[in-house]
Amino acid sequence: MKMTAGRTFLLWLLAMLAGAAIVWNTRFTADMSFFLPSHPTAEQQVLVDQLKEGVVSRLLMLAIEGGEAEQRAVLSRDLRGRLAKMSEFVSVQNGEAGSQDADRAFLFKHRYLLSPAISPERFTVAGLQAAIANSIDLLASPAGMMLKPMLARDPTGELIEMLSGLNAGAQPNSRNGVWASRDGERAMLLVQTQALGSDTDGQEAAINRLRSEFAASAEAAGVTTAKLQLSGPGLFAVNSRATIKDEVSRLSLISSIAIIVVLLFVYRSFRLLGLGLLPVVSGALGGVVAVSLAYGSVFGITVGFGAALIGESVDYSIYYFVQSGKTGLAGWRERFWPTIRLGVLTSVCGFGALLFSGFPGLAQLGLYALSGVITAAVVTRYVLPQLTGSDVRMRDLAALGRQLEKVIPAIHCLRWPVIALALAAATTLFIQRGELWNPELSALSPISKADQNIDMALRADIGAPDSRYLVVINAAGREAALQAAEKTGAQLDQLVRQGVIGGYDSPARFLPSQATQASRRAGLPAEADLRRNLQIAQQDSPLAANKLDPFIAEIASARHLPPLERATLDNTSLALAVDSLLLQHGESWSVLLPLRPGEQAIDVPALKAALAGTGALFIDMSVEFNKLYNDYLHEATLLSLAGFGAIVALLAVTLRSPRRLAAVLLPLVLAVVIVIAGLHLLGERLHLLHLIGMLLIVAVGSNYALFFDRPSRDHPSLDQHLDPETLASMLIANVTTVIGFGTLALSSVPVLHAVGVTVGPGAMLALLLSAIFVPRETAA
Amino acid sequence: MIKRIFCSLLLAAFTLPACAAFDVAQLMGDLAKLKGGKAKFVEKKYISLLDKPLISTGEMNFTAPDRLEKRTLTPKVETLLLDKDMLSIEREKQKLTINLSNQPEALAFIDSIRGTLTGNRAALEKNYLLHLSGTQDKWVLTLLPSEQKIAALVLRIIVSGSKNQIRSIEYLQADGDRSVMSIEPVELK
Repeated sequence: MKMTAGRTFLLWLLAMLAGAAIVWNTRFTADMSFFLPSHPTAEQQVLVDQLKEGVVSRLLMLAIEGGEAEQRAVLSRDLRGRLAKMSEFVSVQNGEAGSQDADRAFLFKHRYLLSPAISPERFTVAGLQAAIANSIDLLASPAGMMLKPMLARDPTGELIEMLSGLNAGAQPNSRNGVWASRDGERAMLLVQTQALGSDTDGQEAAINRLRSEFAASAEAAGVTTAKLQLSGPGLFAVNSRATIKDEVSRLSLISSIAIIVVLLFVYRSFRLLGLGLLPVVSGALGGVVAVSLAYGSVFGITVGFGAALIGESVDYSIYYFVQSGKTGLAGWRERFWPTIRLGVLTSVCGFGALLFSGFPGLAQLGLYALSGVITAAVVTRYVLPQLTGSDVRMRDLAALGRQLEKVIPAIHCLRWPVIALALAAATTLFIQRGELWNPELSALSPISKADQNIDMALRADIGAPDSRYLVVINAAGREAALQAAEKTGAQLDQLVRQGVIGGYDSPARFLPSQATQASRRAGLPAEADLRRNLQIAQQDSPLAANKLDPFIAEIASARHLPPLERATLDNTSLALAVDSLLLQHGESWSVLLPLRPGEQAIDVPALKAALAGTGALFIDMSVEFNKLYNDYLHEATLLSLAGFGAIVALLAVTLRSPRRLAAVLLPLVLAVVIVIAGLHLLGERLHLLHLIGMLLIVAVGSNYALFFDRPSRDHPSLDQHLDPETLASMLIANVTTVIGFGTLALSSVPVLHAVGVTVGPGAMLALLLSAIFVPRETAA
Repeated sequence: MIKRIFCSLLLAAFTLPACAAFDVAQLMGDLAKLKGGKAKFVEKKYISLLDKPLISTGEMNFTAPDRLEKRTLTPKVETLLLDKDMLSIEREKQKLTINLSNQPEALAFIDSIRGTLTGNRAALEKNYLLHLSGTQDKWVLTLLPSEQKIAALVLRIIVSGSKNQIRSIEYLQADGDRSVMSIEPVELK
């Protein structure tokens, strides 16, 4: 026995060490990918890419509040000056005059390659006449003020042609020369990080940098009352990670301490406590190892689920210690192990159903819990007896059990009240079925309400782009992508004229395809031709041809400008605009054309009809988000039903009696109905994790219901009722499970909270109702 | 520049006693009585690069205290609407809206017209030195920017009129270009 024990322990230890080594090398993440589909559609892929590396995901909005307007403006300028020099930030905007000089200079210099109006016709007599007359007309208007100083160099108004396509719409408010909030009480800045939105470490470093630079700036300026407020996807990612990190340790600690206290009270032995925790530790480790091996990385939220796993997996050792004390190991194996095994299998059905989810977070939770429970059960069955030997000396729990025995018949009278309650609950749920569910994906988001409010306020103040509508085109290379952008752009121009959309952005606006550049360049006239055409065109114009020598010189030099490449855009904010709209994924490229609504909302059917057959994909991000969530919800419903079906099938095959099957299931179903109605009445808006919680009530609760069924099967004549020790072990196991899941209810992470509030009370009710509904012949 | 300011100060010193009979306060009082009106305008812009002045015509509609609409009909249709501090320009399906409180220089420029139309002396004196000559029937009000930022855009604004009617506004820009707008009242409120 001793030898075997030593060898078993050694094997276990080796397995644990191997597992620990794997966990040590595992990457833990807390980013959005928990929620993003693992098998996205083409539309969802765009959504995923945008969330992970899109330009919006790298945007941070800053607000400086407190102090006087003049002080805020000074801080805003100083902060911009500091941040603009740092490699962490690719763009820092605060509306300062001069901050767009580089962009203007670039556009003006390359206007004959960039202006959509450039063609050979533009420089014919008629073309020049029309274009120059138009510019002169514009001079009569205040809108032409900007044009006047450049008239001799740009008489055809190419700068105006280029700028008219850009979004001149909502510019933020301005105070003392820098952007301000609508009420003028805060200075606003918009910062683009170098780090991708999915790079939480990079985002955290950038945010810390922002804060420390602001503090330094405020100190240098001697403005102690000023505060920095910021928001953006990067901050959300950093905050969620911190929340999840904090919660994982907090919840596991609470759950462990509570369970250890219960076990010490029961066992009154540190040795048994240590042994009893063996399956728990093994299970928790086994779960992480399985997830790490299957997915390559582990989500923080998954580990947070460990608190519940601890409560669930400690049950097995409780059963073993309490039950085997009376019957010995062999008796326990023969009499109790099959019931426990069946309980493990129902749990496996419940958690296993989640494995098939396209919601990666859910699939991970499933795998984690599944492998954890199996590991704990296997360790209890094969390792624990070896190590414990026959020396299970613990407090006799028969007294507790006998008290419970007396309680059970007493609560039988509650059957009808419980059924009435369940009927009332079911009726409530049916009547209010329309208001049960939270229809937003954001219900699952770990971002706090306060953070969301700050974000909305800053967004409204700065008019940050929301990029809700996108047209996406895929292409084989950069040049093909830009050509496609130009082709679709021509169609969108038509839609702008028809008023279907207000406008759009395109990378080809600042970086035209080489083909387009070449054709524009070819349209530029030779000096002699231009001079001759100008002479004829300007005969009767107030702008005489002999005053346009600067224009002739500009055209001559434009004909020899090198073609625009992506690198030509460096050091302008246009580079960022192009990079964010022209994306490379390995071999393939895609172009994003964000659309802006006009006076009316975008006419989606008209837009789709116009783009049909062109290979351009229209995406409404908001619709995609909701669709994604509805897909998840729909899938979770199917998975829950499938899991429930599997549990019923498993029990049906094992119990071989419809009556007994009904007796086991009835309390579980009633528990689910009562818990859900209770949550609804308490104001909890249900989302898909509550749905999963319902499945887990059945999966976990059946472990208790099965014990009440068990004795009547194998020894119908001998053992008509549960022995006191078994009853006591069930109560203790139930308490630990309720503690484990209940701890999750304390979480502020909605995914964990929902499972906690559903399964915690559900498991307790499952035991209570099973006791109430114990069939009369077994209840003594 | 200093010389010019000195000259105008000197000029002001000489003319002040002469127009004691009709002073700024009186003019402002007359102008303030006007609650709005409609007028036709002809605007001539003299731009150094152009051989001929640019001429635009249209109508203006003013409702006291702060709504001014300027509809240009030739050479191109354009509507310019000033409503409190929001300025919007609509031209060939393009619409541009500017919040003037963000643009102090443009606001000062606009206030020269608005202040005169409403007889708001305080608003005018915030940005300009006022100088009045002539009689109540034929007055000339000269506005000289007192702030460097505005003076960099416009050197002088000359508003002339008769009683509470403004008949012409002339801008002399810092680059030497100038514009003259003649106003012909159509109806009064």
